[in-house]
Amino acid sequence: MIPIAVIQETAEALMDKAAIEIPEDYHNGLKAVAKVETGSLSGYVIKAMLDNYDAAKEDRCAMCGDTGTPRWYVKMGNETTIEGGPVALEAALRSATANSTKRVPLRPNRVHPLWRTDHNNNVGIGAPEIEYAYEPGGEWIDLITVHKGGLFGTDYRMLFPSDGIEGIKRFYLDTLVAFGKRGLACQPAIIGIGLGGCKDTCMVLGKRAACLRVVGSKNPDPKIAELEAEFKQLGNSIGMGAMGFVGNSMVVDCHIEVGYCHTGGMQMSMHAFCLSSRRAVARIFADSRVEYRTDPDWFTDYQRRETVGWEGVETADEATV
Amino acid sequence: MDINEVELSTTPDAEAIAALQLGDIVYLNGLLYTAREGVYTRALDEKANLPMDLPSESATNFHCSPAATIREDGSFDMGAVTATASFRFAKWLPEWMEKTGAKLIIGKGGMNSAAYKEYFVPNGAVYLSTVGYGTGALLGRGIEKVEAVHWEPELGIAQAMWVIRCKRMGPFIVASDLDGNCLFERENAKIAKNLERVYEGTRPAVLKRFGETDDREDELIG
Ligand code: SF4
Repeated sequence: MIPIAVIQETAEALMDKAAIEIPEDYHNGLKAVAKVETGSLSGYVIKAMLDNYDAAKEDRCAMCGDTGTPRWYVKMGNETTIEGGPVALEAALRSATANSTKRVPLRPNRVHPLWRTDHNNNVGIGAPEIEYAYEPGGEWIDLITVHKGGLFGTDYRMLFPSDGIEGIKRFYLDTLVAFGKRGLACQPAIIGIGLGGCKDTCMVLGKRAACLRVVGSKNPDPKIAELEAEFKQLGNSIGMGAMGFVGNSMVVDCHIEVGYCHTGGMQMSMHAFCLSSRRAVARIFADSRVEYRTDPDWFTDYQRRETVGWEGVETADEATV
Repeated sequence: MDINEVELSTTPDAEAIAALQLGDIVYLNGLLYTAREGVYTRALDEKANLPMDLPSESATNFHCSPAATIREDGSFDMGAVTATASFRFAKWLPEWMEKTGAKLIIGKGGMNSAAYKEYFVPNGAVYLSTVGYGTGALLGRGIEKVEAVHWEPELGIAQAMWVIRCKRMGPFIVASDLDGNCLFERENAKIAKNLERVYEGTRPAVLKRFGETDDREDELIG
């Protein structure tokens, strides 16, 4: 059983880390981009961003004044139980979000869509989002917080099989160019692309591809991995860089995730995880041990499974035989 | 191209503004205030009295909501400050600039050259953009003191009017000049030349969307 006090304590520490410390993979990715950036204004901007990450860590202050919309991804091993159950878990994550908003401080971004009510704590109806996944075996819980920023850089389109890769490329470029101008997407970004699923799951896949995979990771399907590399290169050949200035750095990395879709369609979503690619991860074990890391390791083979059952796990069909 | 860095007062004189060139990097000294839709609505639409003497106290309007809290004793804790996209405030800016004599508008993304020509230039004002937009921690270092927060009970922390004393706050980048030129449009024009080549080998979607045609009687299939 995982003690609820440890969950809340860890969640608070994660909120601080996400807001303040740029994850290493993105930091290295941006440094690599800085080396090849040829535009002088764009290069200046990237240099300022790198200085900014250092300033945030030294001053223990949020890296960006817009601290995004904090949310939670929770993953559990199949044998995990939580003291107080899932309701206690959700209360702990909501408390951690509210407490950290005051402590760091974070910007109280979350308001009612119509009445603009602001509780000044980033908590409200449906906020923070909490999403779940499970893995076979083990008694542990992964807490992942993502503070994605940006009102810009995200789009969805219903494409069809006949649109083909050429159509996917067109929508990819359209979204990069549209939101890249004036740097509305705060590029260079991690671009996540969701292909397939249904409209809602397509958006979810793209967002997770951007936020829950580290720079340098590849899709296990070699042909999709090739597309990722090609798309990264394509995005960086637009001639645009940071803030929409002339340059060659739009994409720090491109991640594509797929889900099975309706036979007639080919849904596509695009997400840009901005210059403040904020995420932090911890695993808590039943003995209260906590391990912090920055790789969410969300897309495991199990999450991407294509089969009905899973190795070593009996389905009900098999059990009744 | 070399990057030119200058220090500027938040109540700059006409000469200092005229000397600014597109792409210059600016660090600010003096008082600035935050104002965005909440403050504009209250001051202009609801005609509330301004809580500050403008422009004598400050001629610098930052489109920003800080990451801040008000402590129980009434003092402030402000960490990072970051600009928000300015194009959404075009509706209020002409009247605001006239009323407050603002000379420096700071935000994210800038306005278009039509706006610069129409109401920035006649007011002797220019637009400064934050750099990379996400440099909140660096800008936070430029805060010498949070002097006051106005209209917080009515507008909330994010929309309130924060008054900040800054010392070498920056970097900001000059995005418009007194001829009404726009840095971003200049860059867009350079990039546009390349776009046709980049789009080679792509294909428009078979199902169109409104917006790609503005004729609502059009069919959207391909
Ligand atoms: S998009 Fe990211 S870097 Fe840009 S202002 Fe928002 S949180 Fe900051």
